[in-house]
Amino acid sequence: MDGLKKILGIVWILLALVVLYFGLTVMGIPKLTSGKQEDLVFGIIIVFILLPIVSGGLGVFGYYALSGDYSEEKL
Amino acid sequence: MSDSNHEQYENLSDKQKNRTIWKVIMASSLGTLIEWYDFYLFGSLAVVLATKFFPADNPTAAFLSTLATFAAGFVVRPFGALFFGRLGDIIGRKYTFLVTLLIMGFSTFLIGCIPSYETIGFMAPLLVLILRLLQGLALGGEYGGAATYVAEYAQPHRRGYWTSWIQTTATVGLFISLVVILLTKSTLSAEDFDTWGWRVPFWISILMVVVSYFIRKNMKESPLFAKAKSEGKISTNPLKESFGNRFNFKFVLLALFGAAMGQGVIWYTGQFYSMSFMQKVMNIEGTQVDSLMAIALLLGTPFFVFFGWLSDKVGRKAVMMAGMVIAIFAYRPIYTAMFKSLNTSEKVVSTGGITEARTAKVHNKIATDSLITFHKEIAYTDGTLAKKDSVVHWSPAGPVMKDGKAEAPKVTQSIKITDDTKWYLVFLVFIQVIFVTMVYGPIAAFLVEMFPVRIRYTSMSLPYHIGNGVFGGLLPAVATYLVTTAKDAGHTSWYLEGLWYPIGVATVCLIIGMIYLKRKNNNIHD
Repeated sequence: MDGLKKILGIVWILLALVVLYFGLTVMGIPKLTSGKQEDLVFGIIIVFILLPIVSGGLGVFGYYALSGDYSEEKL
Repeated sequence: MSDSNHEQYENLSDKQKNRTIWKVIMASSLGTLIEWYDFYLFGSLAVVLATKFFPADNPTAAFLSTLATFAAGFVVRPFGALFFGRLGDIIGRKYTFLVTLLIMGFSTFLIGCIPSYETIGFMAPLLVLILRLLQGLALGGEYGGAATYVAEYAQPHRRGYWTSWIQTTATVGLFISLVVILLTKSTLSAEDFDTWGWRVPFWISILMVVVSYFIRKNMKESPLFAKAKSEGKISTNPLKESFGNRFNFKFVLLALFGAAMGQGVIWYTGQFYSMSFMQKVMNIEGTQVDSLMAIALLLGTPFFVFFGWLSDKVGRKAVMMAGMVIAIFAYRPIYTAMFKSLNTSEKVVSTGGITEARTAKVHNKIATDSLITFHKEIAYTDGTLAKKDSVVHWSPAGPVMKDGKAEAPKVTQSIKITDDTKWYLVFLVFIQVIFVTMVYGPIAAFLVEMFPVRIRYTSMSLPYHIGNGVFGGLLPAVATYLVTTAKDAGHTSWYLEGLWYPIGVATVCLIIGMIYLKRKNNNIHD
């Protein structure tokens, strides 16, 4: 199980990158550049608050998993 | 409570402890329930508030409205979790959640007192925004305090059961907000409600807050925190210990990605997306949706306690993961059934059941222009009644043009459903509430057990509020985007596409939870 946890760490890091890419290209940047004020607020929240939390958090989780921090003996 | 009080508490019999904990639950739950009531009131009355404080044709007011909508949930709630979590781990649980209760109560009451945009101009939306942000801040600090307080009184083998009472408060708060609004609407004329009646639910809050304040004020500090304090074991910098220490931070991340984010999207799907789906996609009348939601929530609420109790027997993980896996596979069939329950193309129109009318009135802002309303009603043999209003803006020169074309009419549709359809929808929403109770019932105990006393309030509050406020709060925006995109692309089952967001997030959470969380561990991780 510890091996699987470590290997999946790579998956979580990749998933974090995918979320970051789609978050920016599909939701974040189009909202920031739409020219509408209400979109601007949503765009700022997505790019500067949500993506760092969601993508950054998942990336760090993946890194910890890959480093073996979630192995049975360390939990 | 001093250390000797802690020992006295430990020496009580189970029966005496049960009596004490009921008082603790009453004090904690009532306050938390009021906070949820206050928070939901703003959402439930969003349409009225928009007309009073955020006129859509004014860009600055619309901007403030967007800030109030998104910032309260996404930004301020997690910040409140950090701010009050830190306080709760330093000065104590009791005083911290007394403060959050007062902030929430007074903010809500004051929203009901602010003069409208027409009376005081921009100050109105600005004040509402400030008060809404204070509500978000208070909510961020409240839940962790209440859950921690109850859990630290509970016997270890019944922690899931006792904390599940706190878990009922979010749903009951939503239920009460819907009932209070329905009652206010039913006792007042539509005009009175629109003029001043919408303020009543906000004013009622202050009465409940005063009662709850005095109940909470007379409670003692949690025995575990009091013990830690008397032994000098409380943290001086809970934020640094929680998030700057890799050992603790990995548990914060595990709590978020292995439980709270899946719970957040399932909670939002069952209690909010289902409501918005019936109103916006199925076009069912707002009051019918409110009443059927209220029934489903009421029927589902006891299951929070049941699944909290069950988690004491079989483990938190088993119950929560089961809830997630069932929800993941059941959502699409449930929403298909909901949508098809109101398929008007399969219904028979009554003889003479089609009524059409045209009315005109002077435009409320441009005296030379008119607003022409084309009203159509279709009555079906089973009792269903569909209404459609198309409002066209007409100038003396003809239809008002926009980008070289006649401005599109503003169309509003609503369908009055039959009792049979209503009860069928109650059942389908009730099933979703059961999923909510499975993932949400045990999560307070689960989070409390993951972190030690000294940093518990801070550490458990953040993943909870990110899971619910951020992952759950994103659901309406992402789901609307997915539905709109699919509809524009001509997808046959466009109405189901919004579900990919909760299904996707819950699936990732399920995999992480299944692999990384311990199988059955209801012991405090100290």
